[in-house]
Amino acid sequence: MNALTITGIILAVIALFIIFLYNSLIRLKNQVKNSWAQIDVQLKRRTDLIPNLVESVKGYMKHEKSVLENITKARSAMMKADTIEGKAKASNMLSQTLKSLFAVSENYPQLKANENFLQLQEEITGTENKIAYSRQHYNDMVMRFNIKIETFPNNQLNKFLHFTKEQQFEAAAGERKNVKVKF
Amino acid sequence: MRVMFDEVRNNNLKSLLLVSLFILIVGLLGAVIGLVYDSLAFGISVAVIFSLIYSMIGFYSGQDMILGMTGAREVTKKEFPYLFHTTEGLAVAASIPTPKAYVIDDSALNAFATGRDPEHASITVTTGLLKTMDRQELEGVIAHEMSHVKNYDIRFMMLTVVLVGIVTLLSDFLLRSFLWGRGRSREKGNQVTIILIVLGFVLAILTPIIGHLIKLAISRKREFMADAGGAILTRYPPGLASALKKIAKDPDPLVDRANRATAHLFISTPFRDNKGLITNLFSTHPPIQERIKRLEEM
Repeated sequence: MNALTITGIILAVIALFIIFLYNSLIRLKNQVKNSWAQIDVQLKRRTDLIPNLVESVKGYMKHEKSVLENITKARSAMMKADTIEGKAKASNMLSQTLKSLFAVSENYPQLKANENFLQLQEEITGTENKIAYSRQHYNDMVMRFNIKIETFPNNQLNKFLHFTKEQQFEAAAGERKNVKVKF
Repeated sequence: MRVMFDEVRNNNLKSLLLVSLFILIVGLLGAVIGLVYDSLAFGISVAVIFSLIYSMIGFYSGQDMILGMTGAREVTKKEFPYLFHTTEGLAVAASIPTPKAYVIDDSALNAFATGRDPEHASITVTTGLLKTMDRQELEGVIAHEMSHVKNYDIRFMMLTVVLVGIVTLLSDFLLRSFLWGRGRSREKGNQVTIILIVLGFVLAILTPIIGHLIKLAISRKREFMADAGGAILTRYPPGLASALKKIAKDPDPLVDRANRATAHLFISTPFRDNKGLITNLFSTHPPIQERIKRLEEM
């Protein structure tokens, strides 16, 4: 075997590695994209529910104007946001304002007896939970993708492929942390 | 993720093994019956064809059989929005299609999941559970069930119910058929026949015991795994821990809806046996206190 064949074999092996890496990164990237779509659906759903909510509490909450204004503001910020980071920030803000609305609603027994309000509250709380779960799934996927392109030898091979790190969807402070599970 | 993947492969392999074992046992029973009536080949072929067809039916409609046996009914989102939202959210977290939601109208606290794969799965809870648990506790319970769905526990557990159930029935039938067949074999005075009868008796008595042992082997570790898998989904083990505490205190068993065949499906044993060595050996669930302890240590 001469030097030429040896170099040829080495190059072929590297090329093979790059092909495998490329395919698995594309697969992961699609999973990331898909799980992002799931968050987006839930974010939209929540944004759509808010006008109804505001409408249904308006009559009862005469003294809580600022709470309702904050919600409306946070909602329009949410609709304007277009980056992942911006959406995460706006979404956390909106969650906070909704939480404070549901907290003050405890002081209005008439409101707590309103069937329509209760339904909306359940719907929005459910959507909030789904946002949290889809974010959790999305972040897991992003982490897998990022680890894949940052570990050796993939980080070297990626110099030919130019994949960039994906952005996590940051949770608000004080949210549920990852648990340690022993099998 | 890797752990989960291994679990799925493991479960699918076990399901295949279970079906093969089932065909083998039924084939043997068929052979013994065939010998008693002097037609071995006929006995075996009828038994094998029967067990193949029965396995197919069990695979495709085992879920409906089980739901029927436990008296569960499918519910709409309108009726139980709370249950639906929790199920949808956790299905998103587990990245599987949302399982169908069923309830059992009973004040006992229990839940189970069944189906052949995540695309054809259902989660059932009792109405008592829905009333008693707060949101985080219900999430814990549903996440436990979701984890059974995701790692294909449901397939194996469903096949166990369907196949072990029929084997118990069949060996019962075999025992009876011996009581009838014995007189005729005596006339021949053939030693081989006597050996066969003894063998048949042993088989007829052993098969249900084997069936129960299979069920035991599968459930105990499985419940711990599903508790852990559920904790990964909710990221909040105290939710399930507190749900299990409520279940442990619940004096109301679910015996009228569950039987020995379906017991191992449930999140906690549907029976309230007195504690003793025998019940412990033959119980399908790990002690609930042990599960709570492990969740609290996570």
